[in-house]
Amino acid sequence: MNVMIITKPKELECLVKSIGENPVFIIGCSECATLCHTGGEKEVLSMKEKLEKKNIKVTGWVVLDPACHLLNDKRLLKKHKNKVEQAKKILVLACGNGSQTVSEIIKDAEIIPGNDTLFLGEIKRLSEFEKRCDMCGECIQDLFGGLCPVSRCPKSMLNGPCGGSIDGKCEVNSEVDCIWDMIYKRLKEKGQLDRLKEIRAPKNWSKSLETRRTL
Amino acid sequence: MVYKSNLERVLSDGKFAVTAEIGPPKGSDPDKITSKAEIVKGCADAFNITDNQTAVVRLSSMGGCCILLKKNLEPVMQITCRDRNRIALQSDVLGAASIGIKNMLFLTGDHQSFGNHPDAKGVYDLDSIQLIQIVKNMRDNGIFQSGDEILSSNPDVFIGAAANPFADPFELRVDRLEKKIDAGAEFIQTQSVFNLDKFNVWMDEVRSRGLDKKVYILAGITPLKSLRMTERMKFHVPGVDIPEEIYNRMKKAEDVKEEGYRVALDLINEVKKIKGIHGMHITALFWEDIVPSLMKESGLLPRP
Repeated sequence: MNVMIITKPKELECLVKSIGENPVFIIGCSECATLCHTGGEKEVLSMKEKLEKKNIKVTGWVVLDPACHLLNDKRLLKKHKNKVEQAKKILVLACGNGSQTVSEIIKDAEIIPGNDTLFLGEIKRLSEFEKRCDMCGECIQDLFGGLCPVSRCPKSMLNGPCGGSIDGKCEVNSEVDCIWDMIYKRLKEKGQLDRLKEIRAPKNWSKSLETRRTL
Repeated sequence: MVYKSNLERVLSDGKFAVTAEIGPPKGSDPDKITSKAEIVKGCADAFNITDNQTAVVRLSSMGGCCILLKKNLEPVMQITCRDRNRIALQSDVLGAASIGIKNMLFLTGDHQSFGNHPDAKGVYDLDSIQLIQIVKNMRDNGIFQSGDEILSSNPDVFIGAAANPFADPFELRVDRLEKKIDAGAEFIQTQSVFNLDKFNVWMDEVRSRGLDKKVYILAGITPLKSLRMTERMKFHVPGVDIPEEIYNRMKKAEDVKEEGYRVALDLINEVKKIKGIHGMHITALFWEDIVPSLMKESGLLPRP
């Protein structure tokens, strides 16, 4: 199982509108977007073909390794300097972080994010992704049998299931398992249901607002 | 003893309490509330004003409670965690207390995806249990959630909460109630009761843990106005459990409204008999005019 930033491609029409009649350079990403099928070499080439069919000039393309690595990006993009300079728009098929890393390097052209970034999650099957983490800054999964109600309960409930948990499914989406039902079953198996009787205090959300960490 | 509210007085006296729900309008016309209030006046000990229930924008619960206070009716202000963070919630508790709202009922809230603004960002900074604990601490110790002190007058709130005996996992349902009591809940309004068997199983566990001695439990009663409403509640409202027997009664009825009234009356008479039930909460949405006869026929008038 792979954990990564899960992305979803934007509608082609929406991208075509943003690009207009300008020449474009396409950037993909070798990691998360490749595994999500939203920005690997295959998707980049397919995007190139689609845009050319719409009479948009594609000056070149590259798959960064990965897009969120500033130093790698600088090195790889140097090789495509001319083609990047010919472009007025840069279409980035990566995550929201990847496109910002690119925008730190390429200043002259307009950066267009080609994907919508959804969540930190895992690949369940080839084409099915599930949220696993909200990056809240203070992990408390140990209290819940290694499962996370912060990211996986639509109401982030810390003190048990809401009144809409039915047959193990979430009231918000009947195709999604109720995480509280899963927590209940796991702790029951472990004989640790009494853990759920303790009132869990309000979360310190300020921890998720950190904007910088340096080593 | 000095009671915080009329509702607390009735419950403390060991009388079978009645609360009634008044849904605020989708607009700012106060008459929509007062006209409903006129109908149910005298039929209940306090009146719930919902807080944007099912995540549909309506006149606010604080506004609705103000309108009731002006009419000398005692409100129960519902407050959900969906739309406000801990700053706004604590501020609203102070504001509500300052204008004389004594009963407040704290809920996590229906998810925004069910309402008329599904694109909204849900807040859920707190869940209902955390909010209950915070309000109790504000009232009893004069302390905000952060640890900061209240400087003038703690909010004197009679603290309410909701319980759903019909949702899953069933085994956690009494635990949730117990947590709410531990957090500070003094009265409970349950999800609408239709499935008496399941409700009794839940109540057996409530009594065996002695929780009915620690909190007042008001059973939810929702008269079914039509077959359409019955089907919507049975099949589409999360957490509502309408058994086949009641569904069939409604399906076979010649006069569906009359049958809905009879079902409600039967349910009231049954829940009144359950040991550990201290009252009921009636939600006759868009059907407030049946409340007086329903109360009268079940022998609950006049109110104490």
